[in-house]
Amino acid sequence: MSRILQPILAVLVGLSLGLAVTWIAGENPWHVFKILCLGAFGSPYDLGMTLFYATPLVLTGLSVAVAFHAGLFNIGAEGQLTLGALAAAALGALWPQCPSIIAPFLAGLAAIVAGTLWGAVPGWLRAHRGSHEVINTIMLNFVAVGLSSYVTLYLLKNPETQNPETRSIGDGYMIHQFAWFGGAPVSLALPLAIVAAGCVWFFLAKTVWGYELRAVGQSQSAARAAGISAGNVRIIALAIAGALAGLVGVAEVLGNAGRFKVGFSPEYGFIGIAVALLGRNHPLGILAAALLFGALHKGATALDLETEHVTRDLSLILQALILLSVCAEGLWSWSTKRQK
Amino acid sequence: MTPGIIPAVELRGLCKRFGDCVANDGVNLRVERGSIHGIVGENGAGKSTAMKMLYGMYRPDAGQILVNGKACVWSSPANAIAAGIGMVQQHFMLAGPHTALDNIVLGGEPNRFGLINRKQAREGLENLSQQFGLDVDWERPVEELPVGVQQRIEILKLLYRDANILILDEPTAVLTPQETNALFHNLRRLRDQGKTILLITHKLKEVIALTDRVTVFRGGTVTGEVQTWQTNPQELANLMVGRKVLLKVDIPNAKPLPELALEIKNLTLSGSAGSRDKLSNVSFSVRCGEIVGIAGVEGNGQSELLQALLHPRDRNCRSTGTVSFLGRAVTNWSAREIRELGVGLIPEDRQKEGLLPGRPVAENFVLGLQRYPEFSRAGVLNSGNIAASATCAIKEYDVRPVELDIPAGKLSGGNQQKLIIAREFHRNPKVLIAAQPTRGVDVGAIEFIHKRILRARDEGAGVLLISAELDEIVALSDRVLVMFEGKIVGEFLRGTVNETELGLRMAGS
Repeated sequence: MSRILQPILAVLVGLSLGLAVTWIAGENPWHVFKILCLGAFGSPYDLGMTLFYATPLVLTGLSVAVAFHAGLFNIGAEGQLTLGALAAAALGALWPQCPSIIAPFLAGLAAIVAGTLWGAVPGWLRAHRGSHEVINTIMLNFVAVGLSSYVTLYLLKNPETQNPETRSIGDGYMIHQFAWFGGAPVSLALPLAIVAAGCVWFFLAKTVWGYELRAVGQSQSAARAAGISAGNVRIIALAIAGALAGLVGVAEVLGNAGRFKVGFSPEYGFIGIAVALLGRNHPLGILAAALLFGALHKGATALDLETEHVTRDLSLILQALILLSVCAEGLWSWSTKRQK
Repeated sequence: MTPGIIPAVELRGLCKRFGDCVANDGVNLRVERGSIHGIVGENGAGKSTAMKMLYGMYRPDAGQILVNGKACVWSSPANAIAAGIGMVQQHFMLAGPHTALDNIVLGGEPNRFGLINRKQAREGLENLSQQFGLDVDWERPVEELPVGVQQRIEILKLLYRDANILILDEPTAVLTPQETNALFHNLRRLRDQGKTILLITHKLKEVIALTDRVTVFRGGTVTGEVQTWQTNPQELANLMVGRKVLLKVDIPNAKPLPELALEIKNLTLSGSAGSRDKLSNVSFSVRCGEIVGIAGVEGNGQSELLQALLHPRDRNCRSTGTVSFLGRAVTNWSAREIRELGVGLIPEDRQKEGLLPGRPVAENFVLGLQRYPEFSRAGVLNSGNIAASATCAIKEYDVRPVELDIPAGKLSGGNQQKLIIAREFHRNPKVLIAAQPTRGVDVGAIEFIHKRILRARDEGAGVLLISAELDEIVALSDRVLVMFEGKIVGEFLRGTVNETELGLRMAGS
């Protein structure tokens, strides 16, 4: 019970603290809260934008969670999603007349493969060379940024604009966008992310590989004694994490922009860590946490216009405070004490 | 009990509850001054909890602690130490790279203007060590000293702080027979000089040999207190378990089959540069239907041997020489392939290598069996079968409580071990490797585990038994090999084992 209750209480504590800050800044906290809610859910368009932001967060949250269940810390979701998006955009730009029946699948596959490879590399390094995945995933993030900038600017530059982006992908690649969100780019990527969450749950809870992955995460030495190869499990876990992050490319390139824009991600990969933490690494929790973070991100944009003293940066403050209250073990010890 | 003499320690009606679990329920205990008092009981019987309350680590919910007749309320061990109580933990609390001297004075250094006065400390300590006959090399780093000496240092630490009441938790678990004798000699000497000693132990033989009185714990209360000379191990065991226990399992002779379960030839594993080989030219074999025991003080290559057997492909345990299971050379096999041949393993360290402590019992039951067709098909786990098999097995192997959802880490040591045995026997092992199978396990569970190991032998499995418990090795093994510094230095057949000689071989002479 406390497993569900604690994150919810943490959110409430974090929100109240954050709103208290706006009160110190000279705003009416209730007013700010209303703006946040209206900004996030006030109209079909607002709701759509919230869902649009939440979609990549579901995927990166799952990515971090899968690695976490194997006892690994994937800080590389940002790099993995960058390359996933780049791969999808590159395929679409190089072969624009690809038949529309297979185009989205091919591009999605390209995104998954790119993310998988980018995740498997630090997995392999950890398994066979013992170098730590935290360091390697962080470093590969920088490599991914450099690589994507190079490909965008020197190989696939869109000649029609000054912006650092690739040429458009062919029309056949675009996936369906839902009409009832007032023009917000909510595409098939949203149900795709929800299905991914279901698949991750099934994989972790019901399959032999998920079981072995969790066993390694729980106790490497016990898994090893039982004949489970921790090295292989680590490679697989980070490869899956990379694949999930790579799927963000589908949401961004096929579902929204139709091209790769350098810097398109407002750090989805890093916020994914927070989403996984708040969602307790459980797919359902991650769906809820991603929705919350998406709503904060969208809702806070309205603050720039509607209030005098508070800007959209409040979203970051709220995210930080919520995370702090989730992590503040002391705050929750009373609930565990009661259980004893 | 003679009235009028104030006991050194008296516990009156101590209660301690952890949530719903009652650890101590009205514990009464009197310990005479200047005596050695044994505390025995199964795991989870509440003896450690009671001692931790006496030492100030837990606070009692109800009841009184009297030390030398005075009621005491501790808020931390510091109070207990100030009142003259000291405790040697099962796992020593020493700073390895520091000298014995520094370890002993740590926290109570005689100093002048902030500079440690080592000379004064040393004089004081030399007096102490002479008075109690505890010889220690003061200037060597503690980690280079043998375990027996480290224990002496722990005891000196207490004496240095003027402790009059010493609590020792399982002090002989890591000692050779010779070291154990030396320890007992020292403890008797301490008693004769007026110290009071509380000895927590599982080993009934030691209780009989050393103590003056014994208190038996069961289910959170004291079920008996007897004069040691009036009792015997059988009576104590019955009091501990609450029923009649077979201390010696009746062992029919082995009927070894001609097939070899395990064969090792010239296994050598070099140590880090400059140190001795961790394994040096080890060769032996285990036939199906026999138990081969490896005796030895811990750290003489037993762990390395296990690793080399089970993980031949792993870089860190790679060795020269050959290992064959059931007639097949496995040098290039993965751990899983080896286990799937029918190799069961009771690992040395059940917490670290045997269980996923945070996961439920059912998941622990299938650890390593998850790919068996009965538990998964096409990669999908069959939760129904897992639950059914696990329930059946934990009933058969008497793992309590019979609940699949509690985390394995919450089970008592004996029940954890029974869970591991249930799992490994589910493989129907043709080779069973049992390392320290009864470490930290209570008498009732020991009996059970020994019977299972024997049954596996009689059903034709080859058993390799590695244990630091001499009694266990001698009782179960059809052949005993002695390991010292990575070499096999002796072999005894069942019935020809002489404990003195075995102890000498274990110590390398």
